[in-house]
Amino acid sequence: MASLIDLANPTRFMRLSAALLPWFAAAAAVFLAVGLYLAWFVAPADYQQGETIRIMFIHVPAAWLAMMFYSMMAVSAFGTLVWRHPLADVAQKAAAPIGACFALVCLITGALWGKPMWGTYWVWDARLTSVLVLLLIYLGIIALWRVLDEPLRAARAVAILTLVGFVNVPIIKFSVDWWNTLHQPASVLRMGGPTIHPSMLWPLLILAIGFTLFALALHMLGMRAEIMRRRVRTLTILEAERLDRLAAQGAAA
Amino acid sequence: MNGLIDSLGPHAGFILASYGSAALILTGLTLAALRDHAAQKRALDALERRGAGRQPGGKAR
Repeated sequence: MASLIDLANPTRFMRLSAALLPWFAAAAAVFLAVGLYLAWFVAPADYQQGETIRIMFIHVPAAWLAMMFYSMMAVSAFGTLVWRHPLADVAQKAAAPIGACFALVCLITGALWGKPMWGTYWVWDARLTSVLVLLLIYLGIIALWRVLDEPLRAARAVAILTLVGFVNVPIIKFSVDWWNTLHQPASVLRMGGPTIHPSMLWPLLILAIGFTLFALALHMLGMRAEIMRRRVRTLTILEAERLDRLAAQGAAA
Repeated sequence: MNGLIDSLGPHAGFILASYGSAALILTGLTLAALRDHAAQKRALDALERRGAGRQPGGKAR
């Protein structure tokens, strides 16, 4: 555990991420290109939902990533509160906008899929409402990062909010089992295996890998920017102190 | 292009709007992340060029 924490120091992360980032971005581009080709030109139309099934190929990965990034933030929040690890709150801060965007994509594509299939863009049922709550929690976390200037104080406040909000993640996952909802039950990540035909499952899984690599590349980029922002803040303070000292010495002379 | 839209059937508008909105949101997110990274790198480079982290004795912090 100690060696894992040593490995995750900001300087090592900057070096490692500079080397990994182009590979993640390139792999994401390949998986997304292949996945989109399969989703549009190879996967058949659904016998019930027709061509609208193609919305599934972005709606489902977006939903998975919105929950995955929130779960990653909860782990980071734990790292911030328990170990006070310097990279934990950096990881958490960089993940929030990415998770929020995937939650938004999930809600918009879900509404656009719902209208032709259910006859409505929106219903206040458990699955849809809990995903909307997830988006609102993400926005609350982003806002909290912005209102608190001191990064370490902000990190602890955000970590507590993140852990409290984590209760929503299992609610999203099991909402379709616990309550009667318009949304269909899980058909990929379920006990007993997927119920989707392989001709649709493969494009979905390839796109899910592509979107995950893309999101991880963005996360690395965001973490790098956040580490540099903190370094800029420290150096600006040091420079201001140095200039103050020089001004005081000049006045004394 | 028209052939592709026709092949999507009566709900082509919903399918294209889904992909279009996802592309718009994710492109915006990518551009914002790239711009932020470039801005922080510029600011850090400028501070390091000015020697902002150096103590009066010349030692870097």
